[in-house]
Amino acid sequence: MSKFEALTGNAAVATAMRQINPDVVAAYPITPQTSTVQTFADFVADGLVDTEFVCVESEHSAMSACVGASAAGARVMTATAANGLALMWEILYIAASNRCPIVMSLVNRALSAPINIHCDHSDVMGIRDSGWLILFSENGQEAYDNLIQAVRIAEHPDVLLPVAICQDGFITSHALERVEIYDDADVRAFVGEYKPQWPLLDLEHPKTYGPLDFYDYYYEHKRQQVEAMEHAQRVILEVAEEFNRKFNRNYGLFEPYRLEDAEVAVIVANSTAGTARVVVDRLRDEGLKVGLLKPRVFRPFPAEELADALSHLKAVAVMDRSISFGAMDNAGPLFLELAAALALHGVQVPMADYVYGLGGRDILPHEIERVYRDALKVAETGRVERRVTYLSVRE
Amino acid sequence: MTELRGWREIPIGGMILEAGNSVEYKTGGWRAFRPVFGEAKCIHCMQCWLFCPDSSILVDPENEKMVGFDLEYCKGCGICASICPVNAKVIRKAGEELARDDPRLCIRMIEEGKFQE
Ligand code: SF4
Ligand code: SF4
Repeated sequence: MSKFEALTGNAAVATAMRQINPDVVAAYPITPQTSTVQTFADFVADGLVDTEFVCVESEHSAMSACVGASAAGARVMTATAANGLALMWEILYIAASNRCPIVMSLVNRALSAPINIHCDHSDVMGIRDSGWLILFSENGQEAYDNLIQAVRIAEHPDVLLPVAICQDGFITSHALERVEIYDDADVRAFVGEYKPQWPLLDLEHPKTYGPLDFYDYYYEHKRQQVEAMEHAQRVILEVAEEFNRKFNRNYGLFEPYRLEDAEVAVIVANSTAGTARVVVDRLRDEGLKVGLLKPRVFRPFPAEELADALSHLKAVAVMDRSISFGAMDNAGPLFLELAAALALHGVQVPMADYVYGLGGRDILPHEIERVYRDALKVAETGRVERRVTYLSVRE
Repeated sequence: MTELRGWREIPIGGMILEAGNSVEYKTGGWRAFRPVFGEAKCIHCMQCWLFCPDSSILVDPENEKMVGFDLEYCKGCGICASICPVNAKVIRKAGEELARDDPRLCIRMIEEGKFQE
């Protein structure tokens, strides 16, 4: 039987980790992720899991230990945020390239400098080309559900890639919310036993991980990673379907809200989607045809499906919690990728980008309402007055 | 050169799934210098055999004598020439620093392109 508990996002993630009972967790504390591994360390100390908990001296070492353990044949998890993720950067690529199905809880936080411990998405956007799968979570429940599914996605023989599950630092990582925690046995049955195909510790079949790979084969190995990414989308949907059947929670590549008959839509990931939903309802009460699309899967980017879902709109406003400095119009990465996706799939809809919430700056309903009202104006005139707006920045 | 295979035909992640296969990787092509026997007589002390990082010192199994270099794998590092005690003796006798391709040495290192049989 599942039960409802009042948990922070981090505690929900730690609970998922307890239920998954990974062989190895290697992690280094960093705000706002710390309470995840701290809670999990308690589980280890209390004997609730069989996990080998590796206390390392940095995130670079944490990810290195994860790669080693994963190559050895272990089911491996870790957690980090912001500069911790940045310090892992070199090894993130190695984890993906060595095809280590590591699962990471990533609690999104602004990158330094200036030093800031609060939420934005600049950390995860920095790893978008690293070969990791990236999924967003609106709240603790989704972070918990996504983490459980991530194990199955990462370890699928057609994928074998690491997965990062994002949630917003402090906003959901530290907020107490109602979370449905499924039965331990059900979660364990769902994730199943990990059967690594090429474990280093299989001494009967000695093998090498991470050898030199020159111009003669390196490129072929990159092509294989592309193939795995292409399979990942199908696997994510298959795992979601099985998850929905078992735990009765619906997940897809993204979540539309009142989108079907909408004329304008906002695209926003993680916790702000929850606030935007309230705004949608309010504006709908006024008779305005507004909707919402909340991305769940960012890597692999479901370009065609997104273009399909947005093709009927008259205006699209993307909300980005990070900036791609020096990119076209200094827009945010979500906007840039979505704009390309729509253009290449023949969807001609006026689009604008709203950068918001950097360094944990609050995003309030009336600000999201302004985004909707702008979009409604664009829908009416067909003209985008301003391509990129830095929402709520003081002039 | 073995025929190159496509991305579908090779293990993922650059993994090598069999052990003991470095013998298939012919590293001789990396060589900029080549070791050759010079005038001084080899005393078959096996120091070069012991120190060669590429197992490229050829030894006659019959009489356990050093007979030459396996140039399919020798990377031309010159460790054999620098460790060879006969080389040291020749240099001491000459009372000067000898060029590494001095014919008086037991193992001398010759620039790969300039080598002629
Ligand atoms: S040059 Fe180096 S690799 Fe070649 S035989 Fe001598 S020690 Fe071995
Ligand atoms: S070449 Fe030099 S080091 Fe090698 S066996 Fe002969 S004398 Fe010894």
